[in-house]
Amino acid sequence: MIWTWIFIAGIITFLTRYSMIALIKPKTLNETTKKALTYVPSAVFPAIIFPAVFLDKQGDFIYILSPQILAFFVAVIVGYLSKNVILTISSGLISFWIFSYFLY
Amino acid sequence: MPKIDTFIKGILDILPLMIPVVPFGIIYGVIGVEIGFSPMEVFAMSFVIFAGSSQIAFAQLFAAGASPLVMISSVAVINSRHILYGAVLAEYLGKLRLTWKILLSYLMADQAFSVSSAYFKKNQKNKNVHFHMLGSGLTLWSLWQLSTLIGIVLGNIVPAQLGLEFAIPLTFFSLILSELRKLDHIVIILISGICSVLTYNFPFKIYIIFSAIFSLIISIMINKKFK
Repeated sequence: MIWTWIFIAGIITFLTRYSMIALIKPKTLNETTKKALTYVPSAVFPAIIFPAVFLDKQGDFIYILSPQILAFFVAVIVGYLSKNVILTISSGLISFWIFSYFLY
Repeated sequence: MPKIDTFIKGILDILPLMIPVVPFGIIYGVIGVEIGFSPMEVFAMSFVIFAGSSQIAFAQLFAAGASPLVMISSVAVINSRHILYGAVLAEYLGKLRLTWKILLSYLMADQAFSVSSAYFKKNQKNKNVHFHMLGSGLTLWSLWQLSTLIGIVLGNIVPAQLGLEFAIPLTFFSLILSELRKLDHIVIILISGICSVLTYNFPFKIYIIFSAIFSLIISIMINKKFK
């Protein structure tokens, strides 16, 4: 069954890319739509980030001084200051390992 | 400019942007295997969907027992940003043959869009601009498949105790780094994030799609109010 869903997800992804190019007369999107689409990453990704950082598998809030919350704040600071993708991910992971080692 | 030069320019232009893409692909491969997908399924997603962030969300939702409808609609929302890319590129790609349109649409990932749309704008006289996107897109595509494969191999070696699942939120966070200096985006980020933890236990794992649509509606309202 999973294969069916993978292919449907693939077709839908393709259509998001192809739809505007397929139009015979390139229609321009209205300004509101354009503006809203630029917000998509800021609207979607936090919904994946926050539960993964602040909740356990059952959906309960975890202790505020947990390694992953502390490490996430390290990554936020590093990311804000450096704007560097690799530095952000690696600082978060490494501090997660360090906090896990010392807090447990 | 001849086709081959334009093609090579596309490859060279996108190369610097590949530095974060390769670790992202590896993380995806490792996590896909650790979540419990077969290597073939993990690889097929990179080949068929070819959109990293939506692949991770898709795999994560599946592992969490989300309904297929939720998985598919979350992929649709995450990838809806491509509609904007298409609208920008249509001006340049609209005249091409159907096979070209299909091929370049398939290759239209974030980084390829970003370098090639910039090139199109600057080189309106070049009749072969689409070869630039073929170069950038194929480079991105090849490295994405390769790094997925490396991740799949590593996923079978890396111990689960390393807690590499924590790389998921970190990776997604790294994708919005450029928005952190814009107040309107920060507001949307916080609204979406808070909404998602509050709705996490809603049925069918709808929290991602629900929070995304809720905060997008807020973003439209904010824009209407302040402009």
